[in-house]
Amino acid sequence: MSSPPPSSDPRLAVLAAEPLAAAELEQRLDEILDAVLSTRRTSTGLAQAIAALPRGEQDFVLHWTGVVARTNPEMAYQFAAAAPAALQRLDLAAAEAWIVQAMDAYDRDGLYRGCAELKNIDQFAGLASGSSYGQSFDEAARVLQLFLCGLSGRRMRLENAAHPYTDTETIYLPSRLATLPGREENFQVYKAMTALLWAQTRYGTFNLDLAAALSDVASPQHAMELFGYFESVRLEARIGLTLPGLARDMDLLRAGQGSYDLRLERLRQPDAGAEDSLALMRELYGIFTPPRCCYMVELRWDQAMAVRNARIRREKAQFRAGLTELLDQHDAGTEEGDAGGGFSVTPSEPDSGDQSGVALMLAGKRVAPPANLQQLMDSIRQDLGELPDDYLVPAGDGTYRDVGRPENDPADVWKGVHHDEGAFFYNEWDCRRRHYRKNWCVLRELDVHPAGPEFVDATLAKYGPQVTQLKRTFELLRGEDRLLKRQPEGNDIDFDAVISAYTDMKNGLELSDRLLTRRHKAERDLAVMFMVDMSGSTKGWINDAEREALVMLCEALQVLGDRYAIYGFSGITRKRCEIFRIKRFDDSYDVQVRGRIAGIRPQDYTRMGAAIRHLSSVLNQIEARTKLLITLSDGKPDDYSDNYRGEYGIEDTRQALIEAHRSGIKPFCITIDREARDYLPHLYGPVNWTLVDEVARLPLKVAEIYRRLTS
Amino acid sequence: MASKITSLEARVLKPESHFIEKEPYYEQVGNEVALFEAAYSSQLPVLLKGPTGTGKTRFMEHMAWRLKRPLITVSCHDDLTAADLVGRYLITNNETVWVDGPLAKAVRCGGICYLDEVVEARKDTTVVIHPLADDRRILPMEKRGELLQAPKEFVLALSYNPGYQSVLKELKQSTRQRFVAIEFKYPAPELERKIIVTEAGLENGDADKLIKLAHMTRNLKGNGLDEGASTRLLVHAGKLIARGIAPRAACNGAIAEALTDDPEMLRAVNELTSALF
Repeated sequence: MSSPPPSSDPRLAVLAAEPLAAAELEQRLDEILDAVLSTRRTSTGLAQAIAALPRGEQDFVLHWTGVVARTNPEMAYQFAAAAPAALQRLDLAAAEAWIVQAMDAYDRDGLYRGCAELKNIDQFAGLASGSSYGQSFDEAARVLQLFLCGLSGRRMRLENAAHPYTDTETIYLPSRLATLPGREENFQVYKAMTALLWAQTRYGTFNLDLAAALSDVASPQHAMELFGYFESVRLEARIGLTLPGLARDMDLLRAGQGSYDLRLERLRQPDAGAEDSLALMRELYGIFTPPRCCYMVELRWDQAMAVRNARIRREKAQFRAGLTELLDQHDAGTEEGDAGGGFSVTPSEPDSGDQSGVALMLAGKRVAPPANLQQLMDSIRQDLGELPDDYLVPAGDGTYRDVGRPENDPADVWKGVHHDEGAFFYNEWDCRRRHYRKNWCVLRELDVHPAGPEFVDATLAKYGPQVTQLKRTFELLRGEDRLLKRQPEGNDIDFDAVISAYTDMKNGLELSDRLLTRRHKAERDLAVMFMVDMSGSTKGWINDAEREALVMLCEALQVLGDRYAIYGFSGITRKRCEIFRIKRFDDSYDVQVRGRIAGIRPQDYTRMGAAIRHLSSVLNQIEARTKLLITLSDGKPDDYSDNYRGEYGIEDTRQALIEAHRSGIKPFCITIDREARDYLPHLYGPVNWTLVDEVARLPLKVAEIYRRLTS
Repeated sequence: MASKITSLEARVLKPESHFIEKEPYYEQVGNEVALFEAAYSSQLPVLLKGPTGTGKTRFMEHMAWRLKRPLITVSCHDDLTAADLVGRYLITNNETVWVDGPLAKAVRCGGICYLDEVVEARKDTTVVIHPLADDRRILPMEKRGELLQAPKEFVLALSYNPGYQSVLKELKQSTRQRFVAIEFKYPAPELERKIIVTEAGLENGDADKLIKLAHMTRNLKGNGLDEGASTRLLVHAGKLIARGIAPRAACNGAIAEALTDDPEMLRAVNELTSALF
């Protein structure tokens, strides 16, 4: 490598792009990977491999090694080791997608899966020649999900996995497709896979006892492969009957692979079933090789059976419980109280509109099942082909009633029984990766233990005159019907105006056109969410001031009639973000709410991003023209782990606020942190925050600020 | 009785003297015709419930034709006041003149007053219809100090869509409990096909595909769509197809774009269309 040129050299920019030497790389890698290196494991080998790359790629590797190391140094080491080979096959955009997917796997399933994902370069390799035409699962998922929902059948979910298959309730699709040249074509491949997997569950692929059928073959794997292929052929023909356009699209994707083998003709008949595929599998076992096709899907029989059997048991219980309910209603409706005769089913008339094709009868008369029972009927018939007789016996009293799982108590979560159950999951923005960490924060709603009425009474006594004053000013804000006079447009004649206009006219003056009255209603179509900092740092008089402020605010808002909710937030680590319900939108300001305000106690840390995301979604369920999210805070976002303190936390909070803003919420922050000027403008924008530098004045100020904000 | 005045641009009709002469096409789904006629004979007001495009307005036209009464339709909006319905004073030639609103007109001529989407109107409007909707059958005209007694031919009909109500726009119990309610649903496939074939002049095969598409979009209700495709949209699409527009394009224009603005939902509906056609 040539010696570095003097800084005045005009070729500097070009020469700066000169690759780094192995020695320098080694030094940088040593700094980054310090934690996982030892005398036996050095970064020399890594540095030599990276030294062979052009400068742009070297920078890329160093940058991402640094980013990954902040999450896990071992992952970073594995990445640095895999990167030179990967960059031979991937361009930078594809490589970024590759790393982010591996990091997502690490976040979700830990180091082992994360490192395994780093070996999965093939999936992204197709992108190297043209990242523009690959289609990612994330991009296609929502359209596919809606498409699937429209196709009906039972509700199915979409998830991504390495290979396409279904367990009969979830359809798994690869996270990226770049098999054909063109984004649209790759989307079509996704669509074809989705349709085929949906058809497997819809048209009875899993309603066979395959295990018994495969017990005597030498290679169950080959047999399964054959059966899977024959089923695809059969299902495509089946799709062609009901969805001819889709079948045409699938034909186009298969173009160039010739027509079907003549021996498969039987499968393409309208009445062919899964047993025909099975019979053909026995016939052609060992002498037929299925051709490959771009939308080929897999059969994972054991997984599908486990899900299917669990569903059949569950739905039988649910269906029978539903019948009991229906019978109860029916009995209540008839005067004799005896329906006489049980349930039965008959094929429904073609014009009755039943999608399931059967009608439920009770004592020889048709009954209309509620929508959920109808769905169950459809789902059961998909699995079993019919409604067996033992399904039609209503569950006895009390025996099948309890079909759901017992409600989990959020307070039990740290006892380790159900770590993630019943919680909300939120993404978190990682500013270093410049990507979201998926489902990173586990958030729960908890209740505040109410305290006695003493605190509220004391506050009202302390601020008595101010409360009265506050109420009076808020009364002025209240929107009321007013009769506007002398309007150019309106509902009625303003006779005073008409008379004066008449005199004007007589006197030869110009006529006014303002002769009408109009009722004007100034509506306050407003919903406000107060998000109260309950972190440990509020302990002491800040907490007192916060509680007093909330009492004053509620008193004032009672006059105004605005819809508002109050939630507290705190938590420790991403696994335990906590939101405390103090007053929900539906709650009225009563003894319990007063007790909960008094019961606000300092908790742990302030992971603000998750709290903002959750409360935004609560606020967005309310219909209002203006939605305000007002944060009462005493400092920067902070948490115990993940380096949430500092840039990471601030950027995540900012991202959460941007998301809230995009969904139509106006965020505002009231803080008592004197250093707020340094970071709040970055978070909330230059004007959407205010500093109350005397804690003692907070109770009076908050209501005041609210009034200013909303008038 | 019908107004025969012909102008150069369009026929000018007085609503209270406008009788529907040609039978509006209507397929009975249940027993709604008999129910309405019975309510008419018993002088009971009628409430039509159901999602948009299921034939509520067409049913009203059909009944007006059947009963040979003029139909006065008021499309309610959030600025509609009681005065808009009852009437108001206007000034002409140095004096005030009272002008009846559509509701008063309908009461005077013994017609059918149809308040479409009544929950959209302001709350005070629902109060003026209360005395008309119970056995008093009177319309108080406060400004004139008069009570207008409805003749036995007068019918008050409201329509409302329980589907997309916000909590703010619910019909009050005191209002809804004065009415005979008739529910409108999407017709069964056979009937819906007949409607599309008759209205749009389409062949059975294409009509069946349109109906399948409608069912698919109705599956999407609550998953991103507020409503599925109504029979009206199917008729629109059918008319376009009958005019020679390619089916995929017709469904995109008449159904997908009419249902949603969300690009991903549009894409999904179009994918469903192209799966069928």
